[in-house]
Amino acid sequence: MSAQGIGQILVYVVVLIALGYPLGIYMARVYNDDDFARRGRLRWLGAVERGFFRAVHVDGDREQDWKSYGKVTLVFSSLFALFLYGMLRLQGHLFLNPDHLPAVPAHIALNTTASFITNTNWQYYGGEYTMSYLSQMAGLAVQNFVSAAVGMAVLAAVVRGIARRSRSDIGNFWRDLYRSLVYILLPLAIVLGVILISQGVVQTFHSHATATTLQGAHQTIARGPAASQISIKQLGTNGGGYYNSNSAVPFENSNGISNFFELLAILLIPAGQVFMFGKMVGSRKHGWMVFAAMLSVFVIGVAVNLPAEQHGSQVLRNSGVNITQGHGQSGGNMADKEVRFGQAASTNWTVATSDASNGSVNSGFDAQTPAGGAVPLVNLFLGEVIFGGVGSGLYGMFFYIIIAVFIAGLMVGRTPEWLGKKIEAREIKLAALGALFVPTMVLTMTAVAIVTKSGVASIYNHGVHGFTETLYAYDSQSNNNGSAFAGYGATSFSASFGAVAMLLGRFVPLLAALALGGSLAKKKIVPASAGTFRTDGPTFVVLLVGVIALTAGLMILPALTLGPIVEGLMH
Amino acid sequence: MRNIVASIAAIVVLTAFFGFAYPAVMTGFAQVAFSNKANGSLIRHDGRLVGSRLAAQNFTWPRYFHERPSGTAPAYNAAATTFLNYGPTSSDLAKLVSDNAKAILKLEGPYNPGLTIHDIPVDAVVTSASGIDPDISPANAALQSRRVAAIRHLSLATVQKLIKENTDGRGLGFFGEPGVNVLELNLALDKLGGR
Repeated sequence: MSAQGIGQILVYVVVLIALGYPLGIYMARVYNDDDFARRGRLRWLGAVERGFFRAVHVDGDREQDWKSYGKVTLVFSSLFALFLYGMLRLQGHLFLNPDHLPAVPAHIALNTTASFITNTNWQYYGGEYTMSYLSQMAGLAVQNFVSAAVGMAVLAAVVRGIARRSRSDIGNFWRDLYRSLVYILLPLAIVLGVILISQGVVQTFHSHATATTLQGAHQTIARGPAASQISIKQLGTNGGGYYNSNSAVPFENSNGISNFFELLAILLIPAGQVFMFGKMVGSRKHGWMVFAAMLSVFVIGVAVNLPAEQHGSQVLRNSGVNITQGHGQSGGNMADKEVRFGQAASTNWTVATSDASNGSVNSGFDAQTPAGGAVPLVNLFLGEVIFGGVGSGLYGMFFYIIIAVFIAGLMVGRTPEWLGKKIEAREIKLAALGALFVPTMVLTMTAVAIVTKSGVASIYNHGVHGFTETLYAYDSQSNNNGSAFAGYGATSFSASFGAVAMLLGRFVPLLAALALGGSLAKKKIVPASAGTFRTDGPTFVVLLVGVIALTAGLMILPALTLGPIVEGLMH
Repeated sequence: MRNIVASIAAIVVLTAFFGFAYPAVMTGFAQVAFSNKANGSLIRHDGRLVGSRLAAQNFTWPRYFHERPSGTAPAYNAAATTFLNYGPTSSDLAKLVSDNAKAILKLEGPYNPGLTIHDIPVDAVVTSASGIDPDISPANAALQSRRVAAIRHLSLATVQKLIKENTDGRGLGFFGEPGVNVLELNLALDKLGGR
């Protein structure tokens, strides 16, 4: 834990804010300005947008209420899921399959489809030896864009609902989807893709290369159109790697520079959306306070994970090998970590990816120390609202904000308000549903998986660590994160059970958020009075973090004591 | 019904654009602007393809620097990367570490009098995340340098100079950690013409 390592993480945070803030202001314009890119020199872009609406036979300028918005989101996602499932099952007969890979097995295809439709990218397959170039490129990578854009569109609609008064419409799904894709995700993906290619990330249609090593053995080197997919999997909080070991593989993440930019991309849009929200609801200060709450949880994660990993596991310390940092090594727990990243960059990634529901990794979580590995586990359990998934993170955070405002209201004994809107029974119910549904599901599914034979069959490491693996698997899938304590194998039971976890974990909170937006849009603005709890000050930050810790944190504590805590005490 | 028609049309349009046009344009750019890197940073030596600077390969001969342990099957499989996934408290991990440390002591001991397990850098005994980590830590390279110098009848200074030349520094001098690229280092040694 050198000053240099901490410096890397500090620079990361500074750059994140410096780029996230202007991005947020830009995104607010993209969603709020009806005539965005329809006038002036860029009006050809507007013409392309109109062309898209004509091609899909919709009027992109006609606004929808939350029910119509939710309905089209579900129909679109379901049909795209069918399409993707079909492609994976038929890849053996389709083109762009130079290595002649067979069809993806049914349960893996089901799990993978659910995984990519829901922006989870849980991977029950090894990319380079399961998926044809076609499946990777025209199947999975398309979902990296589209599932991210769906989350972003829904967030835009919910934020509009919060900002509007006495209306029932909250935006048009197709327009929000199109603008998320074309004006936000695509340009960022191109820029990041170019940076990655320049650093050595592969981007080719050539098949595997076969080398004769210096000792005369044969080595097959998997390649493919990776960079274009990796850039969006980082930006869209998708996380599904081109290679099995994800961004630990040098062809996917070549050096310290590619690592920094991939890392930046994990939190860039989610952080920007917080500022976008502040701008759209007319209280940038409130946006900053929400950002502060998220950042403080991020910092806690770093402060726990980095010292724990640098201190190393008991096994390594007892073995006698040199784990001291300095003198030509990063030291610490290097198991399932890469030399070119070392401890600080691995910690930074671990915390960012689990905060953001990204799920990509540049080191193996299964090998992290009990205290270090507990960080992603807890982060996941907080419901992916610390930055969170693109779109889904912030609308998930709204549930906690409403609960926080409600509690503050109880304390002063008056009807709670948020941004000028009275928070009433309906909003509280929706917020409670949105906040508690997923953690409840995680605990239930873990319990089922741990007491059934078919569930236990997936465990790699015996004893307490096996419980942690199981808990993490359902935690990760239900929260649409997708990172893994990889030691949880694919059986037809775990694959199907996981698919259910991902679908419910995505769409229940999504609909609750839309309903919340629709409900708030109808309300009138009440002027703030002396009794109004201010949501643009530091007290709010403390209360919000406290509410998140109490609601989500306390739900996981019993499960944590059965897993990492016992493990930490046993050794 | 309206939603279904619109969705199907959108699936076709979006797949065509984001599934084909976007990666095709990116690939075209990559092949023109960064041909070697985009195709896997492959290294040719005497006309034959010997590997990639981004993938570890199996070195067992004493005249070569050795890579970090690999969790892939077989080791250093650049077509099926994987973590090893040994839990931090597992006996498997303890055994792996102790076996690897013993092997290193046996291999390097004769060239490093007084070598103990405390001198072995951690990256030399545990697997990398990808299984094909192309780098070893500078400390790990230093540990192996006396053996390689002795077997190749080179001065230690020559080997140390080559290690330095084949060390990739931090990104932009700041991000990540320095690492010694093993394949490039071994190639450089072979080019010196040592035995």
